[in-house]
Amino acid sequence: MKLSNIFSKRNRVLLRELVSTDFKLRYQGSVLGYFWSLLKPLFMFAVLYIVFGHFLRVGETVEHFSIYLLLGIVMWSFFTEATNQGLASIINHGDLIRKINFPKYIIVISGSLSALINLGLNLVIIAVFMFINGVQLTWGALLFPIYIVELYAFALSLAFFFSAAYVKYRDVSHIWEVILQGAFYATPILYPLSLVINEAGTFIAQLLMLNPIAQIIQDSRHALITHQTTVMGDLTSNILIQAVPFVIVIVSAVFASYYFKKHSAYFSENV
Amino acid sequence: MIQNEPAVIVKDVSKTFKIPLDKATGVKQALVRFARRKKGYRNFKVLDDISFEIKKGEFFGIVGRNGSGKSTLLKLLAGIYVPDKGLIQVNGTLTPFIELGVGFNPELTGKENVFLNGALLGFSRKEVEAMYDEVVEFAELGEFMAEKLKNFSSGMQVRLAFSIAIRARSDVLIMDEVLAVGDADFQKKCFNVFRQLKKEGRTIILVTHDMGNVERFCDRVLIVDKGAPVSITTPSKAAAIYARLNIDDTKPSEVNTQGKEISRWGTGGIRIKDLIIKSPKKSVSPILNFEDDFKITINLTKEKGFEDKSFDVGLAFINQDNVTVAGPNSSLDPIDPSAESITFSVDKLPLQPGDYTVTVAIIDRETSEAFDFYDRATSFHVVSDKPAQGVVAIGGKWSKK
Repeated sequence: MKLSNIFSKRNRVLLRELVSTDFKLRYQGSVLGYFWSLLKPLFMFAVLYIVFGHFLRVGETVEHFSIYLLLGIVMWSFFTEATNQGLASIINHGDLIRKINFPKYIIVISGSLSALINLGLNLVIIAVFMFINGVQLTWGALLFPIYIVELYAFALSLAFFFSAAYVKYRDVSHIWEVILQGAFYATPILYPLSLVINEAGTFIAQLLMLNPIAQIIQDSRHALITHQTTVMGDLTSNILIQAVPFVIVIVSAVFASYYFKKHSAYFSENV
Repeated sequence: MIQNEPAVIVKDVSKTFKIPLDKATGVKQALVRFARRKKGYRNFKVLDDISFEIKKGEFFGIVGRNGSGKSTLLKLLAGIYVPDKGLIQVNGTLTPFIELGVGFNPELTGKENVFLNGALLGFSRKEVEAMYDEVVEFAELGEFMAEKLKNFSSGMQVRLAFSIAIRARSDVLIMDEVLAVGDADFQKKCFNVFRQLKKEGRTIILVTHDMGNVERFCDRVLIVDKGAPVSITTPSKAAAIYARLNIDDTKPSEVNTQGKEISRWGTGGIRIKDLIIKSPKKSVSPILNFEDDFKITINLTKEKGFEDKSFDVGLAFINQDNVTVAGPNSSLDPIDPSAESITFSVDKLPLQPGDYTVTVAIIDRETSEAFDFYDRATSFHVVSDKPAQGVVAIGGKWSKK
């Protein structure tokens, strides 16, 4: 899986065709077509605004709480979409894999890219709301692209691992579904982390923040929306503990590429 | 470029598949198997130590029956499978057409599918744009390209796929069974393309069942059977070898599949014990060369009281198209009633190459009822390395008036 190969002309063309096919098919037959990609986060924002702004007042202490929520949910949705699409991508393209030889990782990347495009559209909506709500941007916002890269790298790593494992073990999709459901509540997405500190103590909060997704979402909120966001640095000064989420991302990237490479030669037989 | 440099080298290639033993493939099963230290699969050797070379510019045929391993070989050549052992080397680029229209999506339009399929075959967008008009014209689909593929007839889809396929500019092309598609007109076009490709000196590997196409195009043919190469030879010789292979494992009942079920009835008393057709080669059913002498021996069992009953024997030779090509009968040439074994022979059997079944009837001479009517009791095959037309060979001579 050399980087130069990923960007070779042939693979680039193929990647583009696969992503565009995916997009064409996604809104196939719907009247509003691509607009759905923008409408969905809009509706979600409306719901969040009403529910959390007027009924469930969990985040009253946090400024711009609806946008704070929306950003977390959008990033989480990207994570689930990218991993789920990646997970099924090899099996779904079994037909191709059995009949033509091409680098298999292109399929996994194409699945994650369409999720990434969706994330981009969602972020545009968020930017609009941030402007309307009068969120003050700081220089820290420049860190946000780094967190997106980290998020993408983590999601892609898991996608590579799951897609290869799924060829052999069809339980993988169910296991991952269950894990995602649990992880959604174990990640400070709907509630501010300060709530956890108050209710369960700093140790539990630290534990939750070891999860790369939690770290990425909190850091992104911190960078873009409000410095009231609790980040790892607020919980511990130990640099080693602060490094854990990044180490997890790097280790999973290395392991996933090894695992995928080892098994991809036999996809055509097993798929 | 050296003229005699091989385009493809296959050396000592073996391939084994792991066939899962239980249907469920899950984590639980894997854990159970691991705990019991049991293998969850059995090994199935599809190709065993196969070696050959294909020269540059050669039109190379690969023939084999279902399950012979030819498709696996093809996928190995195409790089879809990885060999367990051995080496496959392709000098130059290779485009496989294991199936036409790989990646075709019914929800996309004809045009979108051309670009998608083109990308899979390794074309850039520009290249596809450049050849697009040609593709549409060759496929004769001008006004349909903006419609979704699901609205295309299967023939139209195949035409479109083939039109893209033949534009692959690779040094080596692999074609699998793609000839058997389309109407006669389109087939003719395809054949012209093949001739053209051959003229251009491209290396083409054709995998097929159809010996007719092999003879029409191929320079050399590899016959595979049971995972091993049987021989590499000329198309005309291959036809005969291939026919023999097909015959060897055919059970008599399978010969009958195109026709009726095997049935046997009669009043009894005299019954057919067995039938023996003389043939130069031992196999499940006998194989004769074209115009060999034919000899069938019918052995009978007779019940008490039937030892001296007079009877007739009728035979019917039925070809693979269910046509009775001959029906010799002993009524004009009475048999000794005490006979327990009867032989019918023909010098230089004039039947054309093909599969034949023989129906045998033992008829009561007095009542004309059947003692034993054995429908499609046995079968035999006629092979030839010469092309043949029609049902029988009438011989004859050509001369100047």
